[in-house]
Amino acid sequence: MVLTRPVGTRSTETTEKKGAGSRRRDPRGAALRLALMAVPLAFFGIFFAYPVAAIVARGLRADGHWQFGRIPEVVSDPAVLDILWFTGWQAAASTTLTLAIALPGAYVFARFAFPGKGLLRAVVTVPFVLPTVVVGSAFLALLGRGGLLDELWGVRLDTSVWAILLAHVFFNYAVVVRTVGGLWAQLDPRQEEAARMLGASRLGAWRRVTLPALAPAVAAAALMVFLFTFTSFGVVQILGGPRYATLEVAIYRETAQLLDLPTAAVLTLVQFAAVGGVLALHAWTVRRRESALRLVDPARTARRPQGPAQWTLLGSVLAVAALLIVTPLAVLVERSLNGPDGYGFTYYRALQSAADSGGTFFVAPLEAVGNSLRYAVVATVIALVVGGLAAAALTRRAGRLVRGFDALLMLPLGTSAVTVGFGFLIALDEPPLDLRASWILVPLAQALVGVPFVVRTMLPVLRAVDHRLREAAAVLGASPLRVWREVDLPLVGRALAVAAGFAFAVSLGEFGATVFIARPDHPTLPVAVARFLGRAGELSYGQAMALSTILMLVCAASLVALERIRTDRSGEF
Amino acid sequence: MNSHLRRAIGTALLGSLGLMALAGCGEDSKGSGGADSKTVTLVSHDSFAVSKAVLKEFTEKTGYTVRTQTGGDAGSAVNQAILSKGHPQGDVFFGVDNTLLSRALDNDLFTPHRAKGLDKVPAALQLDAGKHRVTPVDYGDVCVNYDRKYFADKKLAPPRTYEDLTKPAYKNLLVTENAATSSPGLGFLLGTAAKYGDDGWKGYWKKLRANGVEVVDGWEQAYFDRFSGAGGKGDKPLVVSYASSPPAGVAELKTKPKKAPTGVATGTCFRQVEFAGLLNGASNPKGGKALLDFLLSKRFQADVPLNMYVNPAREDVELPELFTRYGVKIADSATLSPQKIAKNREPWVKAWSSLVL
Repeated sequence: MVLTRPVGTRSTETTEKKGAGSRRRDPRGAALRLALMAVPLAFFGIFFAYPVAAIVARGLRADGHWQFGRIPEVVSDPAVLDILWFTGWQAAASTTLTLAIALPGAYVFARFAFPGKGLLRAVVTVPFVLPTVVVGSAFLALLGRGGLLDELWGVRLDTSVWAILLAHVFFNYAVVVRTVGGLWAQLDPRQEEAARMLGASRLGAWRRVTLPALAPAVAAAALMVFLFTFTSFGVVQILGGPRYATLEVAIYRETAQLLDLPTAAVLTLVQFAAVGGVLALHAWTVRRRESALRLVDPARTARRPQGPAQWTLLGSVLAVAALLIVTPLAVLVERSLNGPDGYGFTYYRALQSAADSGGTFFVAPLEAVGNSLRYAVVATVIALVVGGLAAAALTRRAGRLVRGFDALLMLPLGTSAVTVGFGFLIALDEPPLDLRASWILVPLAQALVGVPFVVRTMLPVLRAVDHRLREAAAVLGASPLRVWREVDLPLVGRALAVAAGFAFAVSLGEFGATVFIARPDHPTLPVAVARFLGRAGELSYGQAMALSTILMLVCAASLVALERIRTDRSGEF
Repeated sequence: MNSHLRRAIGTALLGSLGLMALAGCGEDSKGSGGADSKTVTLVSHDSFAVSKAVLKEFTEKTGYTVRTQTGGDAGSAVNQAILSKGHPQGDVFFGVDNTLLSRALDNDLFTPHRAKGLDKVPAALQLDAGKHRVTPVDYGDVCVNYDRKYFADKKLAPPRTYEDLTKPAYKNLLVTENAATSSPGLGFLLGTAAKYGDDGWKGYWKKLRANGVEVVDGWEQAYFDRFSGAGGKGDKPLVVSYASSPPAGVAELKTKPKKAPTGVATGTCFRQVEFAGLLNGASNPKGGKALLDFLLSKRFQADVPLNMYVNPAREDVELPELFTRYGVKIADSATLSPQKIAKNREPWVKAWSSLVL
């Protein structure tokens, strides 16, 4: 045993080599993998690759000829280069800042037991579902003129890049806490303890035992945060002012406003190239890092903090979360309650009366909640089926083709919502796939964003499952399916719940694509919020805040319920 | 072992079948115009609204049920209609305005139909009078709004004209929207171009900039976060919004104030006219024509103000009390021909961006 390294690392390397060798001789494994990949491939082919290719082709083809001449023309435009540069560096900076702030949080959530932990974990995920317009407004209330910072220290951060970066941390904190924390909680702390007993310093033990084990999850979280901030739209617009624009904004303008499809197509290709580069970098960094780990029941690894150092760490993580995440949320709640006649539920009551007035524009809040939940449940199921099958197919690493498949699954995160929305419109317009008027488009579009989360949360855990367990089961006569059910599933139950939570939250909050395809008589909560914000007057604003608060509550309640299921299940370990 | 493999493949296939079935379900439930000629589909932007009772009346009268399909804001809705030209999402499109009209007409989106009641629509709104490819349904004005309380407190007369906005008395008071991304922002820019001419508007904007105009990206942010008149969160007493914003702001208040808390600078307005048209390739053209007639009927026209906060195109329809009491009628709103807008929109917005941002 080499105790200063994760226990499994060595053994995986050997099984990995053996596995690679035996796979080549074993056509059954390849066939199974293909079978598992069939559904995700079909899903992405039909609902992502085909629509996006259709809209790009529409832009680049004129009179039956490809107009590739447009590519150098657009790419060499200094304005486009500026946008690309800004898009890239703000995403990199946001990712770094998010990791710096959220990794301690991931540790605290993984290792410490403290009251209200489940609730707080749900709360930090709430930003995920909030419409950016609403969040932008809350951030302005904190960072803008006359905001909290302004009143306390005379500091204004609106129209500065700091506001954008902080808002990105606000949105993506949960990505790191959940993806990294989920795995961290299942790492056996005794390994690190053993290393320390053998003379490693605290930092040394962490660096050589825990960090290598966590690396895949950290890389996965960083990748998702990067892709999310790379395609940031509303946050940049509202907090950065009209001077800042991301590639996403440029694509939106060219497609939805100017109908300059050739330029939009080139920009989409540029976006793909950039995202592809990032995906390749990610694949390169994690390739040798993922290793089998000894996973344990997370309930056993968390304990009350001990000593002043741990209490300080817990305290500072909670303080940062309170400042950065709870305060903006509190501002929204406060605004939803602070009516024209003092505090009360005026705006909430007005939501119902707006719906009762008999117009088609406003729906009753409960109806919007129902619409959102229905769409989100269907989207979560689709994302779990597609993402789960894909993760299962990707568990054993293989050649370039499969890695390409992995990258394909991530692409939707790095693709403009307007490209997908418009692509749906022109691609899925003929029987048997004339889905333009169908409700299913909404959960399908939402699932496109959910699948990458499912894959990225489950894959590090699935790959961490010691291969010898599977081999032992197989030797004892279990079928591949049974191995998966008896060995993998119990160990990844937690990851599955985390993935489901993500997929659900993403679906609940999706706005960019939904707004193009949702049926007006069945608006989701974010769409309904946008409707109120489109009307003048104090009351409309208050109603938008009230509905956003309801959206927050629905999200938090769903996530807490999911956590509950998860704790009940942990007995299966 | 082989049977296990088969089971695994079977599961995968079942999964994909399930997905397809799900997709199939969606298709069944769509019930759009195609085979069912009792349904007529209206394609619009996401601000479209109407009273349910009015739609029901249409169904009772004509036998057609209206299904609506929306696609984002006005710009994206028009662009989507253009992209699905010849194979449209529905029968009638509503919501192309004069800033986008040329693009829609150049792309040959519509089949001519002279809607009943057109003779009651003022000639100034009939921008396609010769061919009737589109029917004017409503109009509104983009105008500077002011916070009444601010100017009363300061004992300062609120501005009335474009010229006023460049005066030192109103320095650092105005917030407007990005003309590149916001419809009222573009309207305001076009208004100044109509007033000061094709090149003169740049000089005006230089003065406006020197007088401290603030530009934010969207209307929501300008109106709710920067403007002081909508709940008092912002500190700018002047904002580019709509002539109907003051009545809209008091619409749902239980206790109505004597005056709306915001007013309109009537000399800073640009007119937006919204049109509807029968889509080329509509699967239910007969129903579509009936729907177009209905959009111009007195019943629908009277329903327009309180649902979409715009003015009905017909001049023989009375405005609701909310509009007459809290709103103003804009007599001399600036306009530009759709052709001129189509031609200059992009270069102007580019020039404006480098000038102001």
